[in-house]
Amino acid sequence: MTQKQIIITVLAIMAATMLTRFLPVILFGKSKTTPKFIEYLGKTLPYAAIALLVVYCYKGLSFSAPKDYLPMLVAGAATMVLHFLKGNTFLSIGVGTAIYMLLVQVVFK
Amino acid sequence: MEKHKKALRAAFPVTLPILAGFLFLGTAYGILMVTSGFSPILAILMSLLVFAGSMQYVAVNLLLGAFNPLSAFLLAFTVNARHLFYGISMLDRLKKTGRAKPIIIFTMCDETFSVLCGTTPPDDVDDTLFMLFVSLLDYFYWAAGTALGALAGSFITFNTEGLDFALTALFIVIFVNQWKESKNHIPTLLGLFASIICLIVFGSQNFLIPSMVLITVSLFAYKPLYNKKEAVKQ
Repeated sequence: MTQKQIIITVLAIMAATMLTRFLPVILFGKSKTTPKFIEYLGKTLPYAAIALLVVYCYKGLSFSAPKDYLPMLVAGAATMVLHFLKGNTFLSIGVGTAIYMLLVQVVFK
Repeated sequence: MEKHKKALRAAFPVTLPILAGFLFLGTAYGILMVTSGFSPILAILMSLLVFAGSMQYVAVNLLLGAFNPLSAFLLAFTVNARHLFYGISMLDRLKKTGRAKPIIIFTMCDETFSVLCGTTPPDDVDDTLFMLFVSLLDYFYWAAGTALGALAGSFITFNTEGLDFALTALFIVIFVNQWKESKNHIPTLLGLFASIICLIVFGSQNFLIPSMVLITVSLFAYKPLYNKKEAVKQ
């Protein structure tokens, strides 16, 4: 690609990405009374969306060898259990990430 | 000014996991762009203009291929379509943000969204400023990581492999917070099972859009029951 074509491609990617961000607000942000079904989605989607994000993080999981699934599953389970028990964000994320790094760098080298 | 300081003090700690994750992934992105033959400026521009991690990784291959801006547009829309969910989820909270609104929308990403919908600032902190600072800090971390990788990537030697798990852990923590705080787990479970089913059926490359469709459809199928539950509560 030429310099100009690269710039056009980057702008196309930017435009599409910004459309995904601004579209809901352009469509439903102005009106004083949000449509009932959008209001319902606004209340329930945050929960479904976070669940989708967690699954999204695990999309690359493969069960062909232990090193392809154990670190993700063990570290994720540790984060989850720790957070259910203690509810301390930094502890949960810190310990979970440390376990993951230890597993991928040392155990499953 | 006092108001700003207070909001920044509330915002900074909740962005720490994102600081770790974005510095790592941003740096990796900067290195990838430069080693793919692009200038550091283009890498940094991508992070400033697009600011969408996974799409930027996908775009490296697009930029190396043949010129096809329409397919780049469509692919970017598909990969980032989940932002539509975030916008709809945040509609109410965004209404009161005034002049900060376009900036918060421009910098909306998975991580900022998850932190914002998982935390409400203390009562004495201005919510708009809190949202603005979380958004801008995350934006800055990503750009700084990219610049670091693009300009100084060859000097980075310590082993950071696996540090990106901080972002996965962040999402899990928000997931648990939501689970604890809400009595009705059906929306969470619908989201979870719809995405897992679509991941199995459509594979990791193509499951996002089907998941969003299935989540929306199943949420609407559940709506009559939800309304009944809400009515009972009141």
